[in-house]
Amino acid sequence: MPAPIRLRELIRTIRTARTQAEEREMIQKECAAIRSSFREEDNTYRCRNVAKLLYMHMLGYPAHFGQLECLKLIASQKFTDKRIGYLGAMLLLDERQDVHLLMTNCIKNDLNHSTQYVQGLALCTLGCMGSSEMCRDLAGEVEKLLKTSNSYLRKKAALCAVHVIRKVPELMEMFLPATKNLLSEKNHGVLHTSVVLLTEMCERSPDMLLHFRKVWILVPQLVRILKNLIMSGYSPEHDVSGISDPFLQVRILRLLRILGRSDDDSSEAMNDILAQVATNTETSKNVGNAILYETVLTIMDIKSESGLRVLAINILGRFLLNNDKNIRYVALTSLLKTVQTDHNAVQRHRSTIVDCLKDLDVSIKRRAMELSFALVNGNNIRGMMKELLYFLDSCDPEFKADCASGVFLAAEKYAPSKRWHIDTIMRVLTTAGSYVRDDSVPNLIQLITNSVEMHAYTVQRLYKALLDDISQQPLVQVSSWCIGEYGDLLVSGQCEEEEPIQVTEDEVLDVLEGLLVSNLSTPVTRGYSLTAIMKLSTRFSSVNRIKKVVSIYGSSIDVELQQRAVEYNALFKKYDHMRPALLERMPIMEKTASNGPTEIVQTNGETEPSVPDTKHPPLVTQPANQANDLLDLLGGNDVVPVIQTTLPTKPASAGGELLDLLGDLSLSTIPPMTAYSKNGLKIEFTFERANPNPNIAVITIHATNTTEADMTEFVFQAAVPKTFQLQLLSPSSNIVPALNQGSVTQVIRVLNPQKQQLRMRVKLTYTHKGSPVQDLAEVNNFPPQSWQ
Amino acid sequence: MLRFLLLFSRQGKLRLQKWFTPVTEREKKKVIREMTLMVLARPPCSCNFLHWRDLKIVYKRYASLYFCCGLEDQDNELLTLEVLHRYVELLDKYFGNVCELDIIFNFEKAYFILDEFLMGGEILETSKTAVGIAMEEAETLQETMEEYMSKPTY
Repeated sequence: MPAPIRLRELIRTIRTARTQAEEREMIQKECAAIRSSFREEDNTYRCRNVAKLLYMHMLGYPAHFGQLECLKLIASQKFTDKRIGYLGAMLLLDERQDVHLLMTNCIKNDLNHSTQYVQGLALCTLGCMGSSEMCRDLAGEVEKLLKTSNSYLRKKAALCAVHVIRKVPELMEMFLPATKNLLSEKNHGVLHTSVVLLTEMCERSPDMLLHFRKVWILVPQLVRILKNLIMSGYSPEHDVSGISDPFLQVRILRLLRILGRSDDDSSEAMNDILAQVATNTETSKNVGNAILYETVLTIMDIKSESGLRVLAINILGRFLLNNDKNIRYVALTSLLKTVQTDHNAVQRHRSTIVDCLKDLDVSIKRRAMELSFALVNGNNIRGMMKELLYFLDSCDPEFKADCASGVFLAAEKYAPSKRWHIDTIMRVLTTAGSYVRDDSVPNLIQLITNSVEMHAYTVQRLYKALLDDISQQPLVQVSSWCIGEYGDLLVSGQCEEEEPIQVTEDEVLDVLEGLLVSNLSTPVTRGYSLTAIMKLSTRFSSVNRIKKVVSIYGSSIDVELQQRAVEYNALFKKYDHMRPALLERMPIMEKTASNGPTEIVQTNGETEPSVPDTKHPPLVTQPANQANDLLDLLGGNDVVPVIQTTLPTKPASAGGELLDLLGDLSLSTIPPMTAYSKNGLKIEFTFERANPNPNIAVITIHATNTTEADMTEFVFQAAVPKTFQLQLLSPSSNIVPALNQGSVTQVIRVLNPQKQQLRMRVKLTYTHKGSPVQDLAEVNNFPPQSWQ
Repeated sequence: MLRFLLLFSRQGKLRLQKWFTPVTEREKKKVIREMTLMVLARPPCSCNFLHWRDLKIVYKRYASLYFCCGLEDQDNELLTLEVLHRYVELLDKYFGNVCELDIIFNFEKAYFILDEFLMGGEILETSKTAVGIAMEEAETLQETMEEYMSKPTY
């Protein structure tokens, strides 16, 4: 058999392919050749073949059949083999594969190899991707190498130890003795990795931190090293634009930050060096600014004296004026972190920050916006709001939602007068109306009800806005609601704040009816306007017209609208005596809880604005097995895996209660159905429409058990076809009690934007009378109303 | 620590991928796709930092290659620009006026150099010369064709 082609030859050949199909053909051919070569256990060309496989893997083609071959290469005596073998292992294997553990023995041997470069390969691989078990097995070897005098190995062992500690924190203690002497090394590689190791230990263990502070007295040692770096002459191998080893300097500053945090003595010990670095570092190049940046972060985080803090904030202020965008960005980010603790100092730079709103760079604009909201207070609200509203007018759509929410929040907190507040809301609704978050609508309505003396003014302004533009749904919804509620004030011309307009009842009804028929109105908006028209029946005199409108919509295709109209009709016909009471003016609504915190709210309230949004756990942590099982059920590509989230239940918004008040009159028109009934386990589905999004069906499952034994560890899983999205909330419990003594309920939300026929495959697992039970079923009998 | 380092061309072709945490193949492909889309969409004079999920993304273009890495919250973005620059300098020293083709045809060398510079998402060596020396010495250990053929594998 001819020798397999060389790596570079293959690369050249593949690059000549003119189409994706041609490339795929070449790759498949080569993979076939490689596979047969592997089958023949060819030792000579294994290395070459694996290298080629790695290249093809980078292009995106599957290479899992090479995993075992990498292990064989690692076990080989030849250095060339080992090098490619370890590279392959790092690229193709990770701790999820069983094959991975087979490496442990090879690595152990190589850690004790006579050649340092082989030891280095082993340390590198272990330090990059070693699993917890591997780390546990090999920690001893790493610790041994940490004590060697060979600096090449020592630095690698240090970072390997960092990885071991990250994977198995309990092993931290065993590295402590070996770490002691690391800082007396001259070699910068060892110094740097040692500082990283010490940092990792401090961050993970408060005891360790205390130990380093008090017993090892680390701070003076670090200060000394840092001082030497700054004072030392030119060292060609470590120099970066005139600064000696900036990487090490930054790392030391970071460790100092941790040591000085909430500790007066340590903070004092580092005071001088921080001041020195802050004043003497060359700022003409990025590298100097990188060091200054880290210094500023350290100063702000430790218990530094006020002079030093002012120095730090001023550095940030200078950064803001720097031509370099990156530096401006970094300044804004840092100011955001410090705005809670040093509010006044940051306020001094407010005008520069507000100027950054006009920056061309998107990342800078976003940071400037967040920081601006953080700086708004009772004193500067008028000026700041002017700038922010101007920003809202002209910014990109991606900002508008956040900016609008921020404006509403700031206005709510600091509005100097009710009139100003209403005006600000109007401005936002009219300029960024379509981007305003859905939950703002009920919030605003609640706000408006609370400003009793402004009702006439508000409804007048909203009415005028509606005349101009009915395309922005949140504006239209708020306006319809207000007109329904305060229409009487509108036609009686009672406005005090501005010139009252002359408008007749018919004109008002024209506008509201216009909303009902317009293509621009969403179903939710139509609901609002129909209800508003109905409410006006107790405030206006043209009741007949209203009756006519309501009866027309009794046969609307939109189920929600139809239902409302039918009920309002019933109100007119059978319950007319109740009508005035039902539709009278709303009482002032109590604010129940703050709604939907945005990132901006968190910045204002918390001390750590960079807390990630905890409501949406990242998809990566999802146990792959669960989802994959169900994927196999429905044929792989067709199905979206279920994301089982445990969302904290949102406190009911005031607007939600509002909708519920009128909604009490309506009954759920979708009948419940039995989805599954077998072996004593019965699962019923009941349906609701989620307001305000009509594309979401909310299904509650009720699981009951007629047998004499409980069903424990009950888990309900579901999968839907690709055009749907499914969300499963937490179940009420995992035990379905025997003899129908109780039930397990769980809520499923299905998003069905294409209004396709809903079907679902469910998987049930539970333990019954000691044995595990598992069943799969298809649910196809969904009532049409649940998905239409 | 760095979570990942990616090199890709202006057409979005991947030239190097280094992952410093365990990530499934599927997730890797997703991240690569998203990074490529995000970074290639940036207008030319933007700042080099982005926010994505809970990570800070730092990217820099050198000729026809984009160097893109994901950082954790505590990491210094400005310093990371220096890290990327240092890696480019190391490649340049090794290959002599490095260009994209060098990295395409010698990707395994690019990885070896990276592994002497970074490990587990942290900087391993800060000296400009030490990495080059290690590469040279390791190269002497690589067997010649003759040696390779005659030496027993196990």
